[in-house]
Formats: sequence, C-alpha cells, structure tokens
Amino acid sequence: MRYFLQRIAFYLFTAFAAITLNFFIPRLVPGDPVQSLIAKYQGQISTQAIQSLYVLFGLDKKQSLWSQYIDYWKQILHGDLGLSFTFFPAPVSQVIGQALPWTVLLVGITTIVSFFLGTGLGVLAGWRRGSWTDGLLPVTTFFSSVPYFWLGIIAIYLLTGPGSFFPSSGGFDSGLVPAFDQYFIPSAIRHSLLPALTILISSVSGWILSMRNMMVTVASEDYITVAHAKGLSERRVALSYAARNALLPSVSGFALALGFIVGGTLLVEIVFSYPGLGFTLVQALGAKDYPLMQGIFLVLTISVLVANLLADVAYLLLDPRTRKEG
Amino acid sequence: MDPILEIRHLDVDYGLGDRAVRAVRDVSLTLHRGEVLGLAGESGSGKSTLAYGLTRLLAPPGVISGGQVIYHPASGEPYDVLSLSDNGLRQFRWAETAIVFQGAMNSLNPVHKISTQLTDVLKAHEPSMSEHTRQARAREMLKLVGISPDRMDAYPHQLSGGMRQRVMIGMALILQPQVVIMDEPTTALDVVMQRQILGQLIELRERLGFSVIFITHDLSLLVEFSNRIAIMYGGRIVEEAPAATLYRDALHPYSKGLLSSFPALRGPRRELAGIPGSPPDLAAMPAGCSFHPRCPRAFEPCSVTIPVLGRPDATGRTVACWLHPSADAADSPGVSVASGEH
Repeated sequence: MRYFLQRIAFYLFTAFAAITLNFFIPRLVPGDPVQSLIAKYQGQISTQAIQSLYVLFGLDKKQSLWSQYIDYWKQILHGDLGLSFTFFPAPVSQVIGQALPWTVLLVGITTIVSFFLGTGLGVLAGWRRGSWTDGLLPVTTFFSSVPYFWLGIIAIYLLTGPGSFFPSSGGFDSGLVPAFDQYFIPSAIRHSLLPALTILISSVSGWILSMRNMMVTVASEDYITVAHAKGLSERRVALSYAARNALLPSVSGFALALGFIVGGTLLVEIVFSYPGLGFTLVQALGAKDYPLMQGIFLVLTISVLVANLLADVAYLLLDPRTRKEG
Repeated sequence: MDPILEIRHLDVDYGLGDRAVRAVRDVSLTLHRGEVLGLAGESGSGKSTLAYGLTRLLAPPGVISGGQVIYHPASGEPYDVLSLSDNGLRQFRWAETAIVFQGAMNSLNPVHKISTQLTDVLKAHEPSMSEHTRQARAREMLKLVGISPDRMDAYPHQLSGGMRQRVMIGMALILQPQVVIMDEPTTALDVVMQRQILGQLIELRERLGFSVIFITHDLSLLVEFSNRIAIMYGGRIVEEAPAATLYRDALHPYSKGLLSSFPALRGPRRELAGIPGSPPDLAAMPAGCSFHPRCPRAFEPCSVTIPVLGRPDATGRTVACWLHPSADAADSPGVSVASGEH
C-alpha cells in the first residue's frame, strides 16, 4: 500500500511537471495566437477586440508570467481549456469532447482486440513451436515492420472507390447527424472497419511476436519441467504455468498501449480523414491553434500517466515478487 | 527383494541420426522396493539424462532410442513406462514416480502461492478430492517436511533455498509415490542444510516406505545415505555394488578415483587425489573403454574393446573393467564394436 501511495505521488508530480511544460512551451514559440487570428480575420477585428482576445487567451501583456501561470492552473482545475481558434468560438474542451469518442472507440477497441488476439496466438505459437504455427512468424514479422499508414493507403487504394462497401474517408456518411439511431451507428461502424483493420493487422503482430518469444523463454524454466513431471494436463501447464508467467511483460506493454489510445494512431486518422483526436491535432497544428494543441497534449499526458499507473497496479496484482510485503 | 523399477538396456540420444550424441548407453539398473539406490558420476556422465529419460521428461532434442523401463505397481501387472499413452503417462507421473529436481531455486513457479502448487497435483490426480481435503493434505505435507503450515500462502520468493527444497520434497511425497528420484537435490544448498534435508528424507523413507534413486556427483553423500551405488561414466554404468562394499573395495579405477577425491571423516589418513584429465566428449567417445585415456591402469584391451558389466565374484556386484573379468566367462564375451560409430 505504501508503495502504491508512492507511485501515486510520483504520478501527481509528473502530471504537475507536464502541465507546467504545457503552459510554457507555446509561450516560447515565436509568434502569438492573437496575431495569427488577426491574420485569419484580415483586419476585421477592432483594437479593443484584439485586447480582449489577449485577455481571453491568457496572454494579457499587462499580467506577469507568474499570474498568467496561476490563472492557467485555475482554468485547468475548472476544466476550462480556453477557446479554440480553428473552431472559434468553440471552447477547446468541447472540440476535444467531440473528437475523443471517435478515437477512443476506434483505437480502444482495436487495441484491446489486438492484444487478446495477438497474445492468444503468441501463446499457441510459443507452446507449439516447431509445428505449423512457426509459419506465422515470417508473416507477423513482415506486418509488424510495415508502417500502418502505408497499410492504410494500400487498403484505400485497393478496397475503396465508387460502389465499394468501404468508404475511403470520414467517420460517418456526410448526410447524417451524429445520434444513436439505426442510420448513424451502422454508418459509423462501416467507416471504422478499414482503419480498424489497418491498425489491427499492424499491431497484432507485435503482440504475437513478444508473447511467443516469452513463451519460448519460459518453457525452458525448471518449473515447467516440474509441472510436466507432476502429471498436470498439457493445458494446465501451458496456461497456468507457462502463459501466466510469459504474460507479465506483455501486460505492462498493454497498459502503456492503452495510454496511447487517446493520442490515436495519428497517421491512420489522417489517412482515413477520421474525425478523431489525432486528426484534430493535425488541424490544430496547421492553424497554429495553441489552446487546442495545449488541450490535446494535456489529455494525452494524463491518459499516458493513468495508463502507467494501471500498468503498475496490474504488475502488483500479477507478479507477487513486486509486492514489497506479503 | 522385489524389484520396483527395472531399467533395461536404456539408450538416450540427443539429436537424431549420425550426429546424435549418445548420452546414455545400454544402461540396465534395478531399483528394489524400499531401497536407496545411489547414482554417481562426473558432470556429463549421463546420470541426470537417465533420470529424465526414465520419466520421459527429456526436452527436445533428447530422445529415448531404445530399452525398456519396467515399473512394478503396488498392485497389478508390471508395465513399460516408455510405451505408456500420453494419458497413462500423466497418471503415472508423480503418483508413482515423483522427482525432486536439481534447481531448488527455480523448481517452484514464482507467481503462484506454494499452496496452489501443492494442491494442483492433487487436483490433477485425484479430481474427486474436495478443496478442503486438498488444503488439509498440503498442510500435512508441509508439516511433514518441517515447514510451518502457516506458510501455505507464501510465494516462493519469500522462502529460503532450503525451505523451497523442503517444499519440493513435500510436494514429491504428496501422492505417496513408490519411487522418488532425487536429481542432485541439495546441490544448491550449503553443507549443513544438505545433511539436514537428506537426513530428514531418509527418515521419511523409513516411515513411508518409498524407494529412492539418488543422483549426485558427491560420492561421500551416497556412501552415507544409500544402500547400493552405481557409478556412471560416459553414459554407461561402470560399477555397481552395495554402498559399504564400494567404499571399502572399489574395483573400477574410475570409482577408486572418485572415492579418493574426497576425505573420509574417520579412519586412517590417506592422500587425496583427483582424476587426471576431463570427462569424455560424448559426441566423440574414445574407442574401447571410454575411461582408458584417463585410466592409470589401462592396458592393451582397454583401447580396443568396450568391457561389459560382469560379475567379478560371487557377491553379486558388477563392474565393467578388463582388470576384473567376469567370473563366469560365458556370461559376457565383451562387445568388440570399438565405438568408432562416428
């Protein structure tokens, strides 16, 4: 328990550091967002409006950096991430709120499916090494080394086009309004199939390979021989002795992968113009939309930290050796 | 005495075909009910391979290329372990022949509680037993080997090396097997712990009546704890005799070499001597007796013809050495295939 509290304290500190960095970095970048907004509206903004924009974005020149920093924290704690320029005057939290579910559902589901599928196949390939499952390896090595956006481009090239079942871009048919009804949901699922498949194919291989290699390593441990000698069933030895121990490194990898779900697989979202967080981030970058970028980075940071915490907890549960006292 | 396990002409190879390494060759050995049979030899002499072979636990590329292992159950007909079906083998393992392995440190799965690892044997072999009875039985075994039953919920890393090996011994006895094979069970432990554990094991054997095959490179331990000793060299048994006889009057020069390489606690002082040279490469065995390049008393036939185990006198001991030809000559004419198979 003490260990656990230590970890939480560590993560809180990391979050604090990340948020502080998040505050300073845009202020170190040359140019400022108000200037770019003025450029965007091409002189249609009055001087007073410009002054109030500075205040709005927390860039009030009359304020010291310190009080800006304090204000920044106040805003964050209220869940206020400022206003987006790209989607002006929509608040950043609203923009993120709209993009997040797309990414979380698409990448989240594929990550989970990929982990379970890949780990399962890896257990099989590791346990039955020398059989037909070894034929899987060159294929998985190939797919794990292929960049997934390239796979996405190939998929679009080969599988989409006029009259195809698979749409080439977007998250749903353009005529529809997002709602949980019988028109929207099938459309959303249809649009997500290709990106999901692309991510799945390229990420499942990594899980297969790492699990298989761990299985092979663990299979030569003494306790596996003992388990055989005890006359336990092949299944019990494979799952409860070999796979159970081989799983440990994969589990922490999985928890970390969960953290990167929110970041989305940026390139896949770009390739498929998928309305997720990664795609939004690219838009924000293109428009020098600092508040939106800051907001997205904040969400990313927090999700990666939460995932790390999850990895720690999972390890505590799965590996008794990491527990300090028992 | 009744035999309980008869190994007949067992051959174990690593690899297949011409490039196979012959780790165990033509080993015949009989374990009697209630006896402790010691198996000694240097590293690489094939003693552990023999143990793995007779329980069919060899990891690939190990293969049994010939022979039989006849097991005599407490009731029922004897059968050949090597021809059991997968299912039959699973039932045979641990229930009839349990093993205490070399690596006390790594024999327990680090992520399971020792109670889990004790009870899953019972779950596999006696599925009808209730969880409560299983737990009780596991506790009883821990108590038997001198570990407080409240350590049931401990994980292996919370136990010392000696305790872990005791847990393994308790685990080996949990199904009351007839035969317990101990493959260098105390190698990883300090000398005090070695004696303590072996003493305890011998005491348990007297109480429970199982037979033991005790494999070690430490002949001094065998002299003390076993009834009969077989000496292995280069995959073959070179001498077999009652422990006391072997200690007093070893016939094979290799056995003599092993005996003079450790000091006796009592008795007259004598010079300690090692055996010059190193164990043979199993992939390229010398022709004739595999010990002859290191043997101080080698003479003509040794480098040409492999001596077979014969009885040099009427006591029933056996030795494979040209210095001590078999008393009944018709029994063993010698194998004149100088092992130039490679």
